[in-house]
Amino acid sequence: MKRTKQMALLAVLALVLAACGGNDTASDTTVTTAASATTTTAAGTDDMAPLEGTIEGAGATFPNPVYQDWTFIYTSDVQPGVSINYQSIGSGGGIEQFLLQTVDWGTSERYLRDDALAEGRESRGCDALQWPVLFGAVVVAFGDDQFDDLILSGDVVADIFETRITNFNDPAIAALNPGRDLPDLEMTVVHRSDGSGTTSVFTTYLENDTATWTLGSGTEVQWPAGTIGGQGNEGVTAGIEQNPGGIGYINQAYALINDLPTAQIINSDGNPVKATLEATSEALEVLEVPESFQFDILGVGGGGYPITGAVWNFTWECGYEGNTAELLRDYWTWAVSSDEAIQAAIELGYAPLGASLRARVLEAIARTGSLD
Amino acid sequence: MTTVRSDGLKGRGIGRYGDRVFAALLLASGLSVLVILGAMVLRTTIDALPVFEYQGFFRFVFGPEWHAGFSRQEFTGTYGAWAFIYGTLFTSAIAVTFALPIALAVSLYINFYAPRRMRTPLSYVVEVLAAVPSVIFGLWGLLWFVPTILHPITRWVAETFGGVIPFLSAPVPNVNYFHAGFVLAIMILPIITAIAREIVATTPLDEMNAAYGLGATRWEVLRGVVLPRSFSGIVGATMLGLGRALGETIAVLMLVGGSQRFGGRLFFPGDTLASHIAATFQDAAPETLQALMGIGVVLFLVTMFVNVIARVIVWRFGRLGGEAL
Repeated sequence: MKRTKQMALLAVLALVLAACGGNDTASDTTVTTAASATTTTAAGTDDMAPLEGTIEGAGATFPNPVYQDWTFIYTSDVQPGVSINYQSIGSGGGIEQFLLQTVDWGTSERYLRDDALAEGRESRGCDALQWPVLFGAVVVAFGDDQFDDLILSGDVVADIFETRITNFNDPAIAALNPGRDLPDLEMTVVHRSDGSGTTSVFTTYLENDTATWTLGSGTEVQWPAGTIGGQGNEGVTAGIEQNPGGIGYINQAYALINDLPTAQIINSDGNPVKATLEATSEALEVLEVPESFQFDILGVGGGGYPITGAVWNFTWECGYEGNTAELLRDYWTWAVSSDEAIQAAIELGYAPLGASLRARVLEAIARTGSLD
Repeated sequence: MTTVRSDGLKGRGIGRYGDRVFAALLLASGLSVLVILGAMVLRTTIDALPVFEYQGFFRFVFGPEWHAGFSRQEFTGTYGAWAFIYGTLFTSAIAVTFALPIALAVSLYINFYAPRRMRTPLSYVVEVLAAVPSVIFGLWGLLWFVPTILHPITRWVAETFGGVIPFLSAPVPNVNYFHAGFVLAIMILPIITAIAREIVATTPLDEMNAAYGLGATRWEVLRGVVLPRSFSGIVGATMLGLGRALGETIAVLMLVGGSQRFGGRLFFPGDTLASHIAATFQDAAPETLQALMGIGVVLFLVTMFVNVIARVIVWRFGRLGGEAL
């Protein structure tokens, strides 16, 4: 009995000590960030009073790495009085939580359709705004290094993922890769088992830009029997690498980090293109974005990589309390236009907005809370 | 001496009411279990009602097609959960097939064969295995156990016997029913073992000694006295393990194949009820969310169904074995 009491006392003591330790480090960081903040404000061009407050967002997991980076840079160097919470709960969750008005902004890999916009207008009493923030490519990756740079057309990709082509030595693949030695190897097709914006981008491309795709598009589709699903990019990569003849689609950023061999995809001008940041940006330059910002990236030609998707943010035109709208405008203006934010995105493999599109996005951001 | 004792028992102020308060507390705790269960069943069923109305309950349960829709207002997809029910039962059956014999062997070894010094450490190790979180099993299975140990074996099995037995035929992807079921077996092994060990230990010594006295060997005593005596308890232990196998989510999600299809092969990549909910709810549109609620209701029904069967087994064979339960 006595023994247990002593133990309990020790445990409590340890907890208290740990808590004190935590406090110490916390106050340390506050001091440093405050110091660096003063320097930036002094060096900055505008001498506006520093902002204070909290904004909350929720949505897609795909942009989460760069969103965390941005939050860190912004709250330590630009506006230390602001705290930003982003919960990466998924694209569907981003739309849902935004329309339920539980968060200040929503993020999704698919744009709001007219029915969702109407629903929002009815519940909020003003328009929901949506604008693209970032772009990212989806690549077809292999488990075996010998297939790096293999040329595939959209139709062949569709046939592979519907298991009509099941072997790497298929004549359709050989015809696209003259002179290349293709082994007799059965394919194992790997797709995402979770609902995901990556699947949405990939299947939207296949549905619109190929003649042979029959499975429709969306964050999840019913893949043919015998294909395997992986949980997240991690699970798909494991599936690609552990099965002989593994082939699957993943985010370009993820393929970069893991150094996976990827295919060249033939775009609508007949050019085989490998997914690089330049090729993704080139796809975006010719992109015609409608006034509503409701668009899919389809029919990419020139030197552009054809399987590309966007990330949208949603905000409201009215109904924000306190300085929330001001914080949203300041943060997102910084995130889409400042050099350091753009650099952070590029380093993580995302393609930033082009100059003309950025000007339009900034206009949309400025409308956030403009009716209040 | 007597005075001291009566002092201790004599009610003082609160003590007089303490009994009633304590009884009320216990009643509240007992009721809370019912209330929580009732609230869960009611809520999920209410949320799932629209999809049952849209598909029809039987078409929802036995429909082989699952096409998620993306509408906010109405139902546009096709929702049939049979592929997931099938996968859940298939993987759980594999898990129990492997876990039960091993668990029985371990509990008999610990009780009757292991050196006395070994018994406590052995039981302890089994319990530690029960404390490993399922996500660890999933990651360990996906990234180490399956690629280095299980996959080479299953591939060999498919190459050697697959030509003759269609059930074992190739291809063998890294995620499939069997790999998920086998890792599930490792996960439920400690649960079944821990309970079976306690059950086996309660076999009346008199009966065992009587059997020995009649000249029975150790094996005959185990088979003739210990196992029949423990039958209903072992079924109970298996049911607890099976319960975990049916509802296990994350580890299965990583290993079962996630394909929304079902197939008769042992090495087919499929999906289960719980893992399909976990995999897709994050990105689901409102209509699909309701369908996922429907899967939740079905999972509840499947678990109940399996438990009822277990009760029947215990009741039926318990009577045959001369035990009233």
